[in-house]
Amino acid sequence: MTTLTEATGTSAARETPARRRRRPDRLPYLLLLPCLAIIAVLLLWPLGQVVMMSFYKLDSVRQLRGDREWPWVGLANYTQILGDPFFRTVLRNTVLFALANVALTMILGTLVGLLLNRLGRKMATFVASCVMLAWATPALTGTIVWKWIFDDTSGLVTWLFNKLPDGLSTTLFGRSDWTGYGWFNDPLLFFAILTLVVVWHSFPFIAVSVLAGLKSVPSELQEAARVDGAGPWRVFWSVTFPMLRPVFGILVVLSTIWDFKVFTQQFVLAGGTQDRTTFMLSIYSYAEAFSPPPKYGLGSAIAVILTLILLVVTAVYVRMVLRQEDQA
Amino acid sequence: MKKIALNGAGLLVALFAAFPVYWMVATSLKPNKEIFSATPRPVPAEPTLDHYREILTGNLIPGVTFTDFFLNSALVAVATVLLSGLVALLAATAVARFRFRLRTTFLILLLVVQMIPLEALVIPLFLMIQRLGLYNTLPSLILTYLGFSLPFAVWMLRGFVAAVPKELEEAAAIDGASRAQTFRKVLFPLVAPGLVATSIFSFITAWNELIFALTFINDQHRYTLPVAMTFFFGRDDTAWGSVMAASTLFTLPVIVFFLLVQRRMVSGLVAGAVKG
Repeated sequence: MTTLTEATGTSAARETPARRRRRPDRLPYLLLLPCLAIIAVLLLWPLGQVVMMSFYKLDSVRQLRGDREWPWVGLANYTQILGDPFFRTVLRNTVLFALANVALTMILGTLVGLLLNRLGRKMATFVASCVMLAWATPALTGTIVWKWIFDDTSGLVTWLFNKLPDGLSTTLFGRSDWTGYGWFNDPLLFFAILTLVVVWHSFPFIAVSVLAGLKSVPSELQEAARVDGAGPWRVFWSVTFPMLRPVFGILVVLSTIWDFKVFTQQFVLAGGTQDRTTFMLSIYSYAEAFSPPPKYGLGSAIAVILTLILLVVTAVYVRMVLRQEDQA
Repeated sequence: MKKIALNGAGLLVALFAAFPVYWMVATSLKPNKEIFSATPRPVPAEPTLDHYREILTGNLIPGVTFTDFFLNSALVAVATVLLSGLVALLAATAVARFRFRLRTTFLILLLVVQMIPLEALVIPLFLMIQRLGLYNTLPSLILTYLGFSLPFAVWMLRGFVAAVPKELEEAAAIDGASRAQTFRKVLFPLVAPGLVATSIFSFITAWNELIFALTFINDQHRYTLPVAMTFFFGRDDTAWGSVMAASTLFTLPVIVFFLLVQRRMVSGLVAGAVKG
């Protein structure tokens, strides 16, 4: 408390008399207190707990309730995971999935943002409203609808493939009757559909942000470049992109963070945690911890690894935001 | 020519983005024979509300209806919104109205905690909920979602508070209003639209959440809507009409709220409050 009053005392010296009269000393800290308490208890404390839990062997709920003791195992959970070839498969799935999804989301989102900027007023409003619908739809129901579209008997996609001329379908895919074809059974196909669902959910945010960025920079430069004979590709890379570089930086980092921890879409599409071939880090951690037999310690270790990966990405993000706040 | 190509691309994008939402509503209005026919119809030929009647009146498990899950979800979301709105307003006022030593540190903290992967907190929060004896109760979810929605709520609300001109409060102070009066009668009414917008984001966070609700609630009577939907519909792949009707009812409030916020964000907040 002494450091606190000292601090306010020195800064008060620089304030104008009118300000000082209104200036309460401890009020801002009091106002922050509930917020800080909640963040500390519900976010920071659990973050510490998950690290701690990863050093114990925790195999039953009774241990969590405190009825049984917690055997300390040191780094055993980590050595077990890192030595497991399955973990490497999961890590590879996660990284490849995140890379593919970030790239596709950014490309599609940017193209749509540029398109919205060029369309006429009415058309732009119409397209933007439709794009908003995809954004607003909850991950849960959005995924359920895509699951229905890929249903193996009455789904639209199954119907579309059945519509293909039999000869063409047989030469291309080796089958002409698609009724009963399990679209989610092949891991690669599963990831492709999951990518479709995730990109559908996340490109609107990129499109709207890019559009906002485009509206905030003067369009004269692009026009000048066009008059000078630059094609659309050249205009984008030489004029538009450099001006929007900070926006793109933040969007890429945010997308990376989101796509690294996709859970709901995968859980719903796979119908739970039974299918281990399509596991990624977040669902792997969850399944180890909560699918019987529970292994809370092991699940925690996987969660810590996921958090560490995201921590690096977050550090980049925070630096970017702070640099932008300085410029503003 | 170029214009046609652009408009064509625009229509394609609109179709890709909006089609699943349209298909959800369209399917929910089709009778079963249309849903399961060999040739899907783009528009319901004989629209019916049977699927809605079915899920709203039928018992998903003995004694529990869709409405019960809906109410559970609504209760959790509304409680989250109220708590998070109140706490966020206090913190946002502190950050937007005062200069104090730890201000920047606090802002960085807000940014960083938003990046914590919530999926990684399921296990430790499960431990906390077990220890607190809150397992299998709706308050366990309210508490969890409060933590999740708060950092973003403060971050967003801070802009709204900062947008209210200080002069208004100073004028009130000169007129002899106490600090509490100034807050209640000047700042609060002007921040209210921002508070609504922020609340909607908290509401959507709580309303959509699946993993924690799946993990913390065991008693089927206390399922929230997302859990009920994955539990009852995720396994039975045949009842697509009911699934789409339930999905529509779940999605509708979110879309309405979402579109409301979009407009709020754009409109000027205190246009005309300060003259000259």
